Amino acid sequence: MKLTDAEKAMLDGSLGKARQKAMQLLVRYAEALGAQRFVETTNVAGVPGAATPFLQRHYQQSGGTYAAIFSHFDLDSDELLEVPQAVTPTCHLQGGYDPQNWQLLGAAPDAVRLAQGSEAFIQDHGVKILKTCTPYLAGNVPQRGEHCAWMESSAVVYCNSVLGARTNTEGRESTSAAMLTGRIPDWGFHRDEFRYGTHLVEIDFPVESVMDWGMLGYFVGAAVEERIPVLRGRYATPDLIRHKHFGAAAASSGGVEMYHLVGVTPEAPSAEAALGGKRALETFHYGEQARREVYRDLNSKASDSKVDFVMLGCPHAALEQLREAARLLDGRRVHGNTALWIFTSRAVKLEAEREGVVQTIRASGAAVLTDTCSAIGQVVPPGTKVVALDSAKQTHYLPAIMGIQAWFGTTSDCIDAALTGQWHGELK
Amino acid sequence: MTERVIALRGRTVVGGVAEGEALVTRQTISGWGGVNPMTGVILETRHELRGQSFKDKILVFPGAKGSSGWSVVFHMSRLAGAAPKAMIFNEMTTKIALGAVVMRCPSVTDFDQDPLDVIETGDWVRVDADAGVVQVHKRAARASGQG
Repeated sequence: MKLTDAEKAMLDGSLGKARQKAMQLLVRYAEALGAQRFVETTNVAGVPGAATPFLQRHYQQSGGTYAAIFSHFDLDSDELLEVPQAVTPTCHLQGGYDPQNWQLLGAAPDAVRLAQGSEAFIQDHGVKILKTCTPYLAGNVPQRGEHCAWMESSAVVYCNSVLGARTNTEGRESTSAAMLTGRIPDWGFHRDEFRYGTHLVEIDFPVESVMDWGMLGYFVGAAVEERIPVLRGRYATPDLIRHKHFGAAAASSGGVEMYHLVGVTPEAPSAEAALGGKRALETFHYGEQARREVYRDLNSKASDSKVDFVMLGCPHAALEQLREAARLLDGRRVHGNTALWIFTSRAVKLEAEREGVVQTIRASGAAVLTDTCSAIGQVVPPGTKVVALDSAKQTHYLPAIMGIQAWFGTTSDCIDAALTGQWHGELK
Repeated sequence: MTERVIALRGRTVVGGVAEGEALVTRQTISGWGGVNPMTGVILETRHELRGQSFKDKILVFPGAKGSSGWSVVFHMSRLAGAAPKAMIFNEMTTKIALGAVVMRCPSVTDFDQDPLDVIETGDWVRVDADAGVVQVHKRAARASGQG
């Protein structure tokens, strides 16, 4: 590998043992990838130092401390290190517990205390505690071309596609090492030649609602898998929420890390430009029939119309989505046999509280929760057999993780289910 | 019975030497939500290896898919003593590169021929990841005459 003087200094230990271990890990990682050099990253999003009872027990010999977990697990170091400050802007993504409503989520007090301690530890080291899968809705919006080191597939696809910033799907260890070095391997989406589209998707049926964009994403992910789709055809410019649901779905049914929406996303002024002047390897068509099949597929995991649980906020709800929920719930009561949980970030919840939106939602018997979600926290209300969801991503994961049935529909279908305890959704 | 040995050459991902029985799949593997890190058992509902463990096996597969928690799940499998002995795969991604590194698992990719066409579950495989050489000892010829 070609290393700069600053990188060599980190590697030879002149900047301390922890930065040396972080750099060693990044060199091993870059060599595994076959990368020749590093890029400087100015935007890291990971889960540094996240403590679990398993990790605490495993590193008991080093005291089971937060520094022990960070040294041994995050940096894969056999030595216990003194953890220095982050050298580059770093934020913490979603976690396992809502600090205000952990009891509702059935969390064990010891595990919550451990998580809160690791949050304090990592905040002391300069990390912004955003605690969300949507950092771009909580004040972290990378600029075009910025080299990022992000985890969380739905955030990665948003970062590359909508913002035109550059990140691979990083992991916990690589983001923690990047936090201490400001480096990440120059590979994949950091490089121009890797960012061009490979497959074409012709949209023949108009894509309008948030649900439509989620279904299109689910279709595209299944079609192109890990490749890069270029989409063109019948759509109006989608808003942030539609991008969020589209990308999250495409990153779940497939492994899409970047997409080009012709005339909309920054690297797709035309289909030709997005494809880098090459021919698409394959062309897919999304029409009325495909749309019906995606809807049927997403609803294939449900048969009982009695709904015990409704979960919204995957990826974490934007303020507009909380306002919509409040409007639909205003003055009404969630059905006695059904629970409604809406997940968002701390930042968006604060704003929604200021507007009275959280209070309206709460008055209906629903809960507004932060930091986590049912899939990440692996938690649903006790006895849940059937859930209703407005997210194709959550519909992909939650039934498999929790062994429950799942209906998929619009936000309005889901809130209707919460109010009546019954699923009435259908494709319109 | 004569034993047949086939040699494959590839690129070192993580160095080291290991040998053991092959566990082969043509399907990519999910980490988070797809594997129990405490046992190495594959959980994914529709996976052809569902219910089987990669613990102490030479895992031969196309590559990684799914959540960015891939490396964490495989890293934890090392801590729990449930990691594979070595990995042989085709498709390079950040997930699998980081996972192989933190598992400290001898791993090789970019082969001169497709390992999925050569290696079958149950074959004895020696991985010299330092040299990028994989030796496949075919198990006794079967009635189907495959291999």
